[in-house]
Amino acid sequence: MDLYSLRIWKNRIGIGLSMLAMSFGLLALLWILWTLFSKGFAAFSWDFFTQDTPAPGSEGGGLRNAIVGSGLILFFTTLVSTPVGILAGIYLAEFGRVSRFAAATRFVTDIMLSAPSIVIGLFVYALMVETLGGFSGWAGSLALSLIAIPVVVRTTENMLKLVPTSLREAAFAVGAPHWQVSLKVTLRAVKAGVVTGVLLAIARVTGETAPLLFTALNNQFFSTNMSEPMGNLPVVIFQFAMSPYENWIELAWGGALLIALLVLGINIATRIIFRTKRNG
Amino acid sequence: MPNGTESIVNEATGTIEVDLQARQVRKFRAQDSAFHYVTMLFALVVLAALVGILISLSVEAMPSLKEFGPAFLWTNVWSVPDDQYGALIAIYGTLTTSFIALLIAVPVSFGIALFLTETCPVPLRRPLGTAIELLAGVPSIIYGIWGLFIFAPLFADHVQPHLQALLGGVPVIGGWFSGPPIGIGILTAGIVLSLMVIPFIASVMRDVFETVPPILKESAYGVGCTTWEVVRNIVLPYTRVGVIGGIMLGLGRALGETMAVTFVIGNANRIGASLFSPGNSIASTLANEFAEADPGLHVSSLFALGLVLFVITFIVLAISRWLIRRGMGAEGL
Repeated sequence: MDLYSLRIWKNRIGIGLSMLAMSFGLLALLWILWTLFSKGFAAFSWDFFTQDTPAPGSEGGGLRNAIVGSGLILFFTTLVSTPVGILAGIYLAEFGRVSRFAAATRFVTDIMLSAPSIVIGLFVYALMVETLGGFSGWAGSLALSLIAIPVVVRTTENMLKLVPTSLREAAFAVGAPHWQVSLKVTLRAVKAGVVTGVLLAIARVTGETAPLLFTALNNQFFSTNMSEPMGNLPVVIFQFAMSPYENWIELAWGGALLIALLVLGINIATRIIFRTKRNG
Repeated sequence: MPNGTESIVNEATGTIEVDLQARQVRKFRAQDSAFHYVTMLFALVVLAALVGILISLSVEAMPSLKEFGPAFLWTNVWSVPDDQYGALIAIYGTLTTSFIALLIAVPVSFGIALFLTETCPVPLRRPLGTAIELLAGVPSIIYGIWGLFIFAPLFADHVQPHLQALLGGVPVIGGWFSGPPIGIGILTAGIVLSLMVIPFIASVMRDVFETVPPILKESAYGVGCTTWEVVRNIVLPYTRVGVIGGIMLGLGRALGETMAVTFVIGNANRIGASLFSPGNSIASTLANEFAEADPGLHVSSLFALGLVLFVITFIVLAISRWLIRRGMGAEGL
């Protein structure tokens, strides 16, 4: 074989392998989604949404308490992490271009984006559960907020940096103070991007299980009291999937599909919002 | 400086206006500095969380670290009945599963990034890139439940026996594939983990591949290089730092991943010679034992495990971030 055909063959093998890798990735996604849909839809029924989690050994049951619990925990997580994340992001973009404190914050934020979520659960356990004497929905919300905040901070900062300097200067030139420029001009200009960041943060924490294990724990019964242990989808899925009961496992698949639909839905929606904004 | 009442006495309307403006400017300045410090305070929350994590984990881990000393890190025992704890089993599980995950994920991610940047038809680039990013968005618990119910049984029936037949007799590595093929264990956890980290590594690789100046690639194509040669001799050397950063990011993710591993690792507190045997990682030990742990040394040792995990991932992620930043040549990702 001469050098030329050797090079051609090397190229073909390399490109072929890369296509193989791509199809491997796609197949994995399709396989996981397909199982999820086929097993999860089987669990969906009227009872699934209106009944509470069944006791061990009993028939039927649904996930009402877990769905409501997850909703409440996520609601308060969003309520806390949105303002904190946006204001911190404004600080980094507006005041922190050169400061060392901002550089440190940026560094830590990036690390917290990928930090093990279970450790954050441990931290909140030590901070709230141990000191206040019990697992609670609040502790779960706090743990999830600590995971969501870095996501909001980073997207807000990156979006604000895209605002053209001329827009800022125009606002300053008519005499607006810095805080009005930040809140009423630049932040408003990137509203869609910031909303995207918040949505992505929600998507990120919706399926988080590890930080809830030691904070919100679980509650077999319907409860809207955030000071008590609270049922939530991820922990229920974890416990039910590991159980020996058929109906529990089926409910776990249903819950998993519910979470996946929510997370993928948010991910796709944010892409659409962002794309129309960019083209428009 | 004249105040408001004085200037009204002055009767000159101009002075009044100038004065009002001066007051307005002072008000704005006060508001601005308040705004500055308020936003700074919120930025501080992130830093405070990090410091809080380090302090609280250290405090909680203290009793265990005092009892067992630094030997905690390399003691091969985790026994609740005897109240004896060492981190070696969990550290071994964490490192082995992450290593297996990278072994699979790195070449696959490289292939995906190569395909998306070099050979993929342009209209397909966006949808396929999105599909890979969606894979990154799938919550880890879903990988876990899929791994436990779908992947592990298939793996036990159709892959493990063949692996055993093929590699079981090979010296040195044969032992890794011995034992009953039960599906769940270190190897399965590593494979499921690799699926989780592929999208992260692939996206970073794709992003850094796109930073290669087209003129460099075009010059190489111009002198007759094949696509493979361009990637091998132009793209890879140019993006080396960023690629390593992406791999480190994947490693950081793999080390701390909880749910995808907990479902399939088998939850056994021992180190098996075989990769087929069940084990435990730091994260899965915490997930399985913490909520029901006995107060005292058990809880404290679990906190010590958490501290070890946090320190390891912090170092890996810090290196990764530094490399990716250098590789991208600009701020942030």
